[in-house]
Amino acid sequence: MSPQFEIQLIAVIVAVACSLPGVFLVLRKMSMMSDSITHTILLGIVLAFFLTHDLSSPFLILGAALIGLATVWLTETLNRTKLLSEDAAIGIVFPFLFSIAIILITRYAGSVHLDTDSVLLGELAFAPFNRMVVFGYDIGAKAIYSTLALLIINLAFIITFFKELKVVTFDPMLAAVLGFSPALIHYGLMMLVSMTTVGAFEAVGSVLVVAFMIGPPVTAYLLTDNLKHMLILSAMIGAVNGILGFYLAVFFDVSISGSMAVMTGLVFFIVFITAPRRGLVSSLKRRSRQKLDFSKKTLLFHLYNHEGSDEEAQEAGVHTLANHFHWDKAFTDKIIRLLLKEENIVLEAEVIKLTDKGRTVSISEYKALFSD
Amino acid sequence: MELNKSDYAVQIEDLTVAYDAKPVLWDIDLDIPRGKLMAVIGPNGAGKTTLLKAMLGLLVPVSGTVRFFQETDNSLRKLKNKVAYVPQSGSVDWDFPATVLDIVLMGCYGRLGFIKRPGKIDREAAMQSLRKVGMEDYASRQISQLSGGQQQRVFLARALMQTADIYFMDEPFKGVDVQTEKAIVILLKELKESGKTVVVVHHDLQTVPEYFDWVTLINIKVIASGPVEEVFHEQNLKKAYRSTCNLLKSVV
Amino acid sequence: MENLIYLLKDYTFQTVALGSAILGLISGVLGSFAVLRKQSLLGDGVSHAALPGVVMAFVLTGSKDTEVLLLGALLSGLIATLFIISIVKHTRIKFDSALALVMSVFFGAGLVLLTYVQKIPNSNQAGLKRFIFGQASTLLQKDVYFMVICGVVLLTLILLFWKEFKLFIFDSEYARSLGFPAHKLNLLLSFMIVMTIIIGLQTVGVILMSAMLIAPAVAARQWTNKFWIMAVLSALFGGISGILGTAASSLTAKLPTGPAIVVFISCFVIFSVLFAPGRGILQKVIHRRNLKQLLQNEGGEPDVPTI
Repeated sequence: MSPQFEIQLIAVIVAVACSLPGVFLVLRKMSMMSDSITHTILLGIVLAFFLTHDLSSPFLILGAALIGLATVWLTETLNRTKLLSEDAAIGIVFPFLFSIAIILITRYAGSVHLDTDSVLLGELAFAPFNRMVVFGYDIGAKAIYSTLALLIINLAFIITFFKELKVVTFDPMLAAVLGFSPALIHYGLMMLVSMTTVGAFEAVGSVLVVAFMIGPPVTAYLLTDNLKHMLILSAMIGAVNGILGFYLAVFFDVSISGSMAVMTGLVFFIVFITAPRRGLVSSLKRRSRQKLDFSKKTLLFHLYNHEGSDEEAQEAGVHTLANHFHWDKAFTDKIIRLLLKEENIVLEAEVIKLTDKGRTVSISEYKALFSD
Repeated sequence: MELNKSDYAVQIEDLTVAYDAKPVLWDIDLDIPRGKLMAVIGPNGAGKTTLLKAMLGLLVPVSGTVRFFQETDNSLRKLKNKVAYVPQSGSVDWDFPATVLDIVLMGCYGRLGFIKRPGKIDREAAMQSLRKVGMEDYASRQISQLSGGQQQRVFLARALMQTADIYFMDEPFKGVDVQTEKAIVILLKELKESGKTVVVVHHDLQTVPEYFDWVTLINIKVIASGPVEEVFHEQNLKKAYRSTCNLLKSVV
Repeated sequence: MENLIYLLKDYTFQTVALGSAILGLISGVLGSFAVLRKQSLLGDGVSHAALPGVVMAFVLTGSKDTEVLLLGALLSGLIATLFIISIVKHTRIKFDSALALVMSVFFGAGLVLLTYVQKIPNSNQAGLKRFIFGQASTLLQKDVYFMVICGVVLLTLILLFWKEFKLFIFDSEYARSLGFPAHKLNLLLSFMIVMTIIIGLQTVGVILMSAMLIAPAVAARQWTNKFWIMAVLSALFGGISGILGTAASSLTAKLPTGPAIVVFISCFVIFSVLFAPGRGILQKVIHRRNLKQLLQNEGGEPDVPTI
């Protein structure tokens, strides 16, 4: 495998692995918890380093994951006092832990090159240099397998506990009533987030883990209402961001992880503007479209109600309509023109009448609008 | 009953409001006479709160106009002295560091405009408002320590500060204790006696004839509107509370 | 003791301490607004989002002057805030998600720009490090002047629009019904918070700025139920932490200033949450225990007075 391919592969795996728990963070309004954990990881690494004195020890990863959990626990405890809001709790815990980490590093580990920059920033470009050798065979970059393991764990958890996650996310009280502990699921999820952050930061750096965790789910959120679809879409969007971001980085010769984050933003932006129903263009057009749409229907219902009645000439007269509905002449003409084009009405000597099609449309539209 | 045009406090024409594809309010035509105590009744989700918000300009309708006292310029800035709003108490974070008096004083902010601060006179007016709702002893109480009914009364006092001509209230009786309910009813009657117009989104059908003299039944469309004696009867109620309203003849 | 007196007379210490104190003061006040608006983490977000602005400022002007870089940071922060507000306004995406998205994308953009400028894949830059961690010890007198001027502007705005902000934060719908332009107030307040964050970047850096915005306000909230007192206390706590942090950092070897300040303000929070009369945890626990004791001892007789 070429290094380029390996990097892209790692990027895709990381993106997908991150987007899965990210969906639940977004839905539970805990997006910033990911940011919090990515910063406090440093403390975990520092503490583990003090214990092992070995920069490449796997205990560093364990330390980081544990601190991630501790961060969540501390934040929740603070939150539970009800003396401050949830976002404030997050914003107090992580700077505190991060400050302690910095102080410890500066005072006691200054001589050791604990590269805080790479903790925060990471760089995929170097990933291929670390090889995984099994039985003397070089089967690829180590990062591929570590991140793959991560992805599998995430998938396993989410698939196994999909029902529980769904209920806990949308209705925690119902979950408690149904007998499974929301707290357990919650901490399980947080453990996932913690581990994923730890696993991913080596590749892309902590700050960009946030982009991978939150970006694709938020984009998918604009495209679907279905949880399962949201998960699948997020994974796909994450993968796309990874690959396109890589090419962007290669083309301009810049930071790979940075490019991927930028790509996340670009993709989101495009969806933000163009998404059907929820996109900006859609919602801006909706208002004028709605006015037209509703006015057409109002006229159809009105015609239906007065069909064959004595006042029909008055109520459905081409010239009296504008007055009756308080529409201006131009608008009235437009409505009439549109309905004529749709063949829902015909003009018979200054009076508007429904066609057969128009009658059917009236009834079906009415049912669509007003039945439950 | 035909009323002189100038006797209408609020006139709504062709008001349609929709959030997504389905309309919440459809082609509302409503005239609210001055000095009436009007209840807005209808099933949940029938657009009652939406109607209130549309009248206050808090949302943009698909079509339609709302006019107060025949004015053509309805920007809220010009109307701020004439229209007062009592929202549902659940819409606010009650852990905010403020006393009851602080909140009630907010009612005069519209009148003061930018930058100017409330003075002694305003403070006294606020205490007066609190007295009217029976909460003067709670003036320096932190708002998080209030019960639901007390919160409702604070919002009422806040609206009274505006010395407006029209009062809009969103379910003021919902979930309040008996004492609060009595206080609110007395207040409503007082407002009517001083010639104010009061529009109340109400949920309790039993008390409509007792508390109100005008009623509007809404279920996406206006089912009926007029004096309680004429309009508030079983036939209309049935129409309003059925799952669809009879917009299209012979489609039941 | 001698050390302390010597310290207090030291010019550098005075400058840095003053700068930190001013930062603490301003972020304390603005932080009260941010916290009550449930937008506490705007500090964290905007700090990260300021990176591309800093780099662009350097790229466009070639100067590494603090004012120039800060201006770039300010513009970048403001644009990011506009994006966040826009996303929340036009979609069903909530504030926290919009914040996380915009900040990480902007930060990524900053990295891209940085590496584009330096043409190296990793960005081990001393300048960047300073930006992320802050370096209060390099504060100059002109930096402090700048902070004072900004502080005065911000505080003036707050004093002028005090009641408008208070109303808008408590009940924005009611504010609109009174005719106040809620959207414009939202923008103004957000911009003021962004400005505060940018001022603080030099002192405590990107990651710790959120603490400066949140912690003093949270601590202050526990001691009072009046908004203006909360703001004043918040300013006080912030300012004192600034000075204490600077002092500790100057007196102790290898203790960076920014983190020291944050540790102090965090201690303020912990202390306040535990011990503040009325809201403090300790008091509630003692009260509950006393009540239990009383019920146990007295056997719950009807005429026994409870606390």
